[in-house]
Amino acid sequence: MSAEQAAAPRRHGGLLGHDALVRLTRAGVVLLLFAIWQVYGAFFADKDFVSPPSAVAVALFTHIFSDGAVMRAVGLTLVEVALAFTASMIVGVGLGVLIGWNTGARRMALPVVLLLYAIPQVVMLPLVILAFGIGPVAKIFFGFSHGVFPVIINVVAGMRNVNPLLLAGARSMGASRLEIARHVMFPHMVPSLFAGLRLAMTVTLIGVILAELYVSMAGIGYYTQVFAQTFDPAPLFALIAVLAAIAIVLNELVRLAERRVTRWRRVGM
Amino acid sequence: MGATSGFAARSVQIAFVAIVIGVWWGVTKTHAVMPLFLPPVGLVARTIDQLFSTGEAWAAVRLTLLTIVEAYALAVVAGLLAGYFVTRSRFLTEVFEPLIANLFTIPIILFFPLFVLFFGIGPGSKIAYGALYGFFPVALNTIAGFSRVERRFLWAARSMGASPFGLFRHVLVPSALPVIVTGLRISFLICLASVLGGEELSAAAGIGKNIELAAELMDPARMYSWIVFVVLTTTVLNLVLSQIEGRVRER
Repeated sequence: MSAEQAAAPRRHGGLLGHDALVRLTRAGVVLLLFAIWQVYGAFFADKDFVSPPSAVAVALFTHIFSDGAVMRAVGLTLVEVALAFTASMIVGVGLGVLIGWNTGARRMALPVVLLLYAIPQVVMLPLVILAFGIGPVAKIFFGFSHGVFPVIINVVAGMRNVNPLLLAGARSMGASRLEIARHVMFPHMVPSLFAGLRLAMTVTLIGVILAELYVSMAGIGYYTQVFAQTFDPAPLFALIAVLAAIAIVLNELVRLAERRVTRWRRVGM
Repeated sequence: MGATSGFAARSVQIAFVAIVIGVWWGVTKTHAVMPLFLPPVGLVARTIDQLFSTGEAWAAVRLTLLTIVEAYALAVVAGLLAGYFVTRSRFLTEVFEPLIANLFTIPIILFFPLFVLFFGIGPGSKIAYGALYGFFPVALNTIAGFSRVERRFLWAARSMGASPFGLFRHVLVPSALPVIVTGLRISFLICLASVLGGEELSAAAGIGKNIELAAELMDPARMYSWIVFVVLTTTVLNLVLSQIEGRVRER
């Protein structure tokens, strides 16, 4: 964002503020897309391949919410994502702090982390399933192995960005290492940490769902196969919609947590 | 980040790779790990040689590469166009930028079963999936690139009588390009991973299919050969792309 953009005066358009107008238009665009999909799906599309949103909404109740086995598969996926994300966060912050604590450790470890992060992990998916089996462990591991890298990298970056003056100040006033970590390092790491956590949630979801889809004998992967083989795609659309909704909620939760933790920043300014 | 490039970082990375290969050699030599999960280094090296010298691998490599290129081409064209048109007004940017950024956080892999339904198990479904995933970084970085062009440069150029094309060529593109090339690089890596992932999930041929097949047939030497091949190729590609990106950003 350029300085000019930030300095631009707030425009007030009649009854609606500028921000409200932007939000309304955005909602309108989304609604329009759904309307196009509805019209296309109901009147023009081949019913064997595309279902309109109205049919998907019906399938949501007839095939997904009412089917205990499908709901259990969805629930298990949610648990896998939660565990994988928690593990990414704990291990990522732990390793990030270890690596970021001193320059020597960072010089040794960060290039290795970046080297590993650049590997397209998806090529190892069959190996992960072979090693951990078709159960939840493989899926949690694959989610974790995706999520942990952005956390490490952002924690290390965040620790580097702490103003050395503040550190020196705290030290000269006799703060212990723990106090420095709690009161100086942590508050200043938060924005970067949450940038990492947001990315971690996105890629953890990718990892878990990739592994779920790869295993076609059980779970989500099984139901996508089953639903794709009938000549009514509405349940498949509905299952995907449920999972996409879960993904959106999880991403929002991370942002909500971020807003809570960073409140002091906005209040202070 | 200073510690991530340069001679010292490269040495650390090379040392790390050497250690990994050393440990791999050690644990397979002493039979500490079952060969099903980790076949000996020598065997994997011989298998790679065999795959490529008999010509068996090239068909898969050619197919996957072609799929990636097609997906990437679609992603780039769509992403650049969308990014350009969205930034034609500040209002449109404010409406669409958060929308595109939020969509990008949804795991697009969820829609892959639909693409298989629409386009079949041939390259079509992988192209669609890779192109959709690769679209986002290009579009978002194009938006970021074009919206950071300073207004006064535009006013100055316009007041000096620049034509719309002249404006585009000499003001908009040069200031947006450094940000856009980052999007282009990320998009390529995402296309590559998406196509490989799609091939593992559902395909008739290609590198991803070969990895999946080797795992299913319990042929770890072959599976590791493909994994090592992909990891090496993408690491080299990533280095080359980062170099190009660095050059463009420096100008």
